[in-house]
Amino acid sequence: MSAVSGTRPRIRRPAKQVRPVWMEKPRKVTLAAKGAALAVIILLVLMPFLVVIATSLSSTESVVANGGWVVWPSDPSLQAYRQIFSGGIVTHALWVSIGVTVVGTAASMVCTVMLAYALARPKVFGGKPMLLLVLFTFLFPPGMIPTYLMVKNLGLLNNYAALIVPVLISVFNLVVLRGFFQSVPEELYEAARLDGAGNFRILVAVVLPLSKAALAMVSLFYAVTYWNSWFQASIYMNDDHWPLQQVLRTYVLSGGQIASSTGAGDAAMAAPQTIQMAVLVVATVPILLVYPFLQKYFAKGVLSGAIKS
Amino acid sequence: MSGPETGLAEIGSTGREAGCDESPGVARPDEPSPRRGRQRFVRLGRLRRDRLFVLLMLPGLGYFLVFHYAVLFGNVIAFKDYIPFDGFWGSAWVGVRNFTDLLGDPGFWHAARNTVEIAGLQLIFYFPAPLALALLLHSLTSNTLRRFVQSVVYLPHFMSWVIVVAMAQQMLGSAGLFNSALSGAGLHTVDIIGNPELFKPLTVLQVIWKDCGWGTIIFLAALTQVDDQLYEASAIDGAGPWRRFWHITLPSIRPIIILLLIMRIGEILSIGFEQILLQRTTVGPDAAEIIDTFVYYKGIVGGNFGFGAAAGLFKGVVGAILVYAANKISHRLGEQGVYK
Repeated sequence: MSAVSGTRPRIRRPAKQVRPVWMEKPRKVTLAAKGAALAVIILLVLMPFLVVIATSLSSTESVVANGGWVVWPSDPSLQAYRQIFSGGIVTHALWVSIGVTVVGTAASMVCTVMLAYALARPKVFGGKPMLLLVLFTFLFPPGMIPTYLMVKNLGLLNNYAALIVPVLISVFNLVVLRGFFQSVPEELYEAARLDGAGNFRILVAVVLPLSKAALAMVSLFYAVTYWNSWFQASIYMNDDHWPLQQVLRTYVLSGGQIASSTGAGDAAMAAPQTIQMAVLVVATVPILLVYPFLQKYFAKGVLSGAIKS
Repeated sequence: MSGPETGLAEIGSTGREAGCDESPGVARPDEPSPRRGRQRFVRLGRLRRDRLFVLLMLPGLGYFLVFHYAVLFGNVIAFKDYIPFDGFWGSAWVGVRNFTDLLGDPGFWHAARNTVEIAGLQLIFYFPAPLALALLLHSLTSNTLRRFVQSVVYLPHFMSWVIVVAMAQQMLGSAGLFNSALSGAGLHTVDIIGNPELFKPLTVLQVIWKDCGWGTIIFLAALTQVDDQLYEASAIDGAGPWRRFWHITLPSIRPIIILLLIMRIGEILSIGFEQILLQRTTVGPDAAEIIDTFVYYKGIVGGNFGFGAAAGLFKGVVGAILVYAANKISHRLGEQGVYK
């Protein structure tokens, strides 16, 4: 190790920003105020997650004894989770949500990439009118009632496609991807063309690999949107076709009964509170799982670059 | 090498390109330097050259035509007495009766007032919050700390409104953490969730919790764009932190602030539909009816489609006018707007 010590100045992390020389040293009061503000902000953001997770992991008795919530489960129990996963409506809704999210994200990505690529190339036949057509929808959203009637007249009511097709392409995501495709240097297109690649091959072999970060980010945006959507399900689907968020809405926000629907006997029933919180956690966890991956791209500043364009 | 290209050319050669044969001198799609010959291309030639792109656009075109433009056209039912049995074409025209009904409906004006009130509260209390947080984050000299705080505050943005509202109930409800703390300290408890009086501030709090962190992204991007030399020069000239903020930071990010302000004003009528619909049953329509929920209850729940569509169309037109006007004003003030 001692041999390496000579190179130490070079392996200091350059990412660690230091105070510029011209900037005055902050006063202690300022530092303390800033630290306090940050601590309060972090606490306010994370506290609800903590309470919800802790309550879902608690036993009936301790939740009731504490008046409906706990910050730390004193006697951890998975009773609530066992009950909601025992094959009732929550289990089914979870599968619906997963299916809609996976299929929807794939379909949206394919269509968005295709359109974004065509719109990113200069002087494409029909490119200008198409771009105007797309951007105009930003200014004037079509409205809830006609959309509902369109879905209904297409015969999509109570069809899972109704949760995907009407929101297939997001103009925001399209514009983000188009911006990335446009930032691929023109020389690469020329070089690929000289090597005999056609436009499709350029997309697959040059543009897409260079836009991995943007593709990951946009697909995660789509996935989060599909996972979180509940309103479409509430107007298009019967309750045996509901995704998780709509089930959550009905049983947690509207105070419906969930215990009877899980098929479990009332002898070993957990407090509704713990079950509600368990459903909430199940609806949250997938996002918490993909979040670190999203985070990687935020750090790279991908998003700010995208928004500016 | 040209395997995929020829394969796609075959897929792409539908009847539409047949006309291309009439125009001689059209370059082959794989001509090495398409740029030189571009001026000579006639329209059909361009279609032939770009057939792959046209093909790639078709699904998107279909989507936008069906779910945006056809739906937009569907708004004509606002001028009809739409009866599902008679269908879209068969329902009788009623002229502007739906609109006169709408403008004579006190429920609509109530919903409009609620909408503007909530939007106004959000504009005053929510809009500056991400800017303040961004300034705080930007002032941190440790990148590690800043990244950590950023990843924490971005998180709520990815929660659905169902989850946010459920969490708010859990934290602020009569049996929630907040009230337990109050009663534990011997103070009066406040029922925040079921209270119509406190509903509007509550929605602002929820929006701040959910989106304040996410909103910092765009401000942070603008803040990092500011030239460091400006700060350095002014510091050497004796400007303190406050003067540097006032004379360099603020003017530098002014365009982005105005841009976002315009966008907020344009969206004034379409604030948090999901958020408010979720809580409408808890606090009642008196406090929580906004234009969008009005449309939803009249049209989809009540089955009065023509009337609901009229309300929606009215909102859409006013919204578009607001965007247009705000954009115009910002151009007049010498700022760049959302569009030219």
